[in-house]
Amino acid sequence: MRRITIDPITRLEGHGKIEIFLDEKGEVKETFVCVPELRGFEKFCEGRKAEDMPQLTSRICGVCPVAHHFAATKALDACFGVQPTPLAKKLRELMYCGYIIYDHILHFYFLGGPDLIVGPTSPREKRNILGVMEKVGVELSRAVIQHRAYGQLITEILGGKATHPVSGIPGGVTKGLDEEERKRIEEMVLSCKEFALKTLDLYHTLVLENPEYVGMLKNPNFSLDLYNMGLVDDNNQLNFYDGSVRVCAPTGKEFLKFEARDYLNYISEEVVEWSYVKIPYLKEIGFAGLKDGSSSGLYRVGPLGRINVSEGMPTKEAQREYERMVSFFGKKPFTNVFAYHWARLVELLYATERAEALIKEEGITGENFRNLNLGSPGEGVGIVEAARGTLIHHYKLTEDGRIKEVNLIVATTNNKGAINLSVKQGAREYIKGGKVSEDILNLCEMFFRAYDPCFGCASHLFSDSFLQIEVYNSQRELLVSLPATVEKNKNK
Amino acid sequence: MEKLKFAFYWAASCGGCEIAVLDINEKILDVLEFADIVFWPVAIDIKYQDVEDFADGFIDVTFFNGSIRNSEQEHLAKLLRKKSKTLVAFGSCAHKGCIPGLANLFSREEILRTVYNTISTNNPDGKLPQTQFHNLTLPEFYDEVKPLDRVLEVDYYLPGCPPPTGIIIDAVNAIKKGSLPEKGTVLAPVKALCEECERNTSEAKKMPDIKRMIEIAPDPKKCFLEQGIICMGPVTRGGCLSRCLKANWPCTGCMGPTPEVIDQGGKAISAIASILAQDKEKMLSEEELARLVGKIPDPVGTFYMYSLPSSLIPKRRRK
Repeated sequence: MRRITIDPITRLEGHGKIEIFLDEKGEVKETFVCVPELRGFEKFCEGRKAEDMPQLTSRICGVCPVAHHFAATKALDACFGVQPTPLAKKLRELMYCGYIIYDHILHFYFLGGPDLIVGPTSPREKRNILGVMEKVGVELSRAVIQHRAYGQLITEILGGKATHPVSGIPGGVTKGLDEEERKRIEEMVLSCKEFALKTLDLYHTLVLENPEYVGMLKNPNFSLDLYNMGLVDDNNQLNFYDGSVRVCAPTGKEFLKFEARDYLNYISEEVVEWSYVKIPYLKEIGFAGLKDGSSSGLYRVGPLGRINVSEGMPTKEAQREYERMVSFFGKKPFTNVFAYHWARLVELLYATERAEALIKEEGITGENFRNLNLGSPGEGVGIVEAARGTLIHHYKLTEDGRIKEVNLIVATTNNKGAINLSVKQGAREYIKGGKVSEDILNLCEMFFRAYDPCFGCASHLFSDSFLQIEVYNSQRELLVSLPATVEKNKNK
Repeated sequence: MEKLKFAFYWAASCGGCEIAVLDINEKILDVLEFADIVFWPVAIDIKYQDVEDFADGFIDVTFFNGSIRNSEQEHLAKLLRKKSKTLVAFGSCAHKGCIPGLANLFSREEILRTVYNTISTNNPDGKLPQTQFHNLTLPEFYDEVKPLDRVLEVDYYLPGCPPPTGIIIDAVNAIKKGSLPEKGTVLAPVKALCEECERNTSEAKKMPDIKRMIEIAPDPKKCFLEQGIICMGPVTRGGCLSRCLKANWPCTGCMGPTPEVIDQGGKAISAIASILAQDKEKMLSEEELARLVGKIPDPVGTFYMYSLPSSLIPKRRRK
């Protein structure tokens, strides 16, 4: 039995490593994506002031702070039984669009995209933003920096700070927009829309006109038949900030639709004896281990999950691109792991169009952005679509408005099962006869990068003490389990 | 001139410090004119083994963000210390422990028990991780969060959650020019935030009462303290451009204490005590005073939000 370790996996947010086990013939038996960290937010938020939660929980992730900030704010709206004013909702969603713009640009040009833009087997010194800049030229490079910055600046104008904003409060936001700020955001949003279209042009040229990439996109070995999850509006179309949670079966048919407050009826997390990592699954289907198919309760979230539960896109240009995607694959749901990149760019375009509509709304510079009429503190759930998928915050408050209990199910945790399955598919495809090279290992890493995982988020609860290595035989029987321990540290 | 070699690494952190580096935007191109980045997991494909293979002192400056919560992080921190001529604690987690440092109010076991019994977890038997080991070396989860200088010698600190763009650029320019101050310096303005705050304040600052942000919509032009809202401005370094205050939220202290302050939370409590109900203090009964102070719902989380692991009492006593 031979073991290959990729440590750390790179170009993602947070810590992780991949363990690959080969059999005597050098074929891949099992792979594991391990997350070596724990910070324990669920515990140390207990006792804190309710209104601090949007800021405390944004520290779960500095890449997607806005997602946690507003999942928390929405949970607090529910805890205090308060409706944010219509203007507050628009300002929150506008800031949310700024965040999606920045985060999706970050993934395509800095994290996952360099594999596509520069090439997965190009020298490793080139497979990064610097290589991307060399490849796309000075003009587009400057545009990449500029528009990622615009996304951040939109958040900063509305939220105080881009990384770790402060404006979310139950009932609304603490700050409105003046006319000067409105104009500035409008200019940035329009420019971002042009940039999103340019990025899609680049994607078409680089990927869809490259037979190697087209082959990967159509390779059935890179496909998973999973349930898909995401927030949708009243028309069953994508919305990042608000809506109902829709789950579609691997066939594409709607399987579930529920409101945030009811999530416990539909989602559960499994603690299994052979693993220290909780794995979320659909309650109605049940947990059947790490496998896909309609009898496995595992589900997919993030751009691909969302596009699969969305009946088209709610904005014009994004809809056009969506149709292109449907015609390329010939069917929905999209099941190939590399379709994530494309879906992410469709969403980037949507976010710019949605932001454009919001900033042009009449009265966006109004004063009525906070409802101070809070009820007594109780219990509440807030759900948003983080860039990486469905994000759930659930709080119970004490009578004096502090935190009594916290439950968090974060985007990347939802994808835990799917990421493991995809990495295994990649390893099986590229590692043959025990031959391994730096190029081959990077090809394997591409399978987690497509998800844009955020192990900073996932590690709000995972622990290095939970690092788990399991070796199975072909009948999926556990041969060796090497768990870490909690007791180990007792004498420390 | 030979280019400098920079490294960036993260330990127990959120990734926001990495984004703060990217947020210097086009200036990153200037940095790349005089420095090569030799290690940066979020952006480039260099692995741990490559770092092990560097000669000692190979890296000119490592910017290290995140606190130390496990043995792997401590190992990497010490490895990077050895491989670097200069080590900068970057951001509030490395500097003071930051918000995740509030975990020091709980033991490791309390955290684990909570994680495995959340409301959405299917765990009727109360299963917990098993105690079993083979010959694998695995990182060890510590019982507390430690700021970086509790495990090794730090040369400089860049405060903030995350550090503001301006002070990052100033630090990088100082490195380029070779004009860094003496070791141990916090590379940020020494003045308190209050001194750069643009809000109106009366001559004798008075705090009439204690209010929470969920109770009132504060006047965006007026001092928070004078409206009854606790603000860490008097004891916290400026240099952040008052961005939270401009969004009408009080300072929560992420830039850390001003140089003369030993314990940021303690100093803040003392500052609040000296202005709270100043006029009527003598007329209030003990009970009334207690009631007033009792209106601060979460003193530790409020005054030590970013600095608990580096404060005089860095964690709750373990039973």
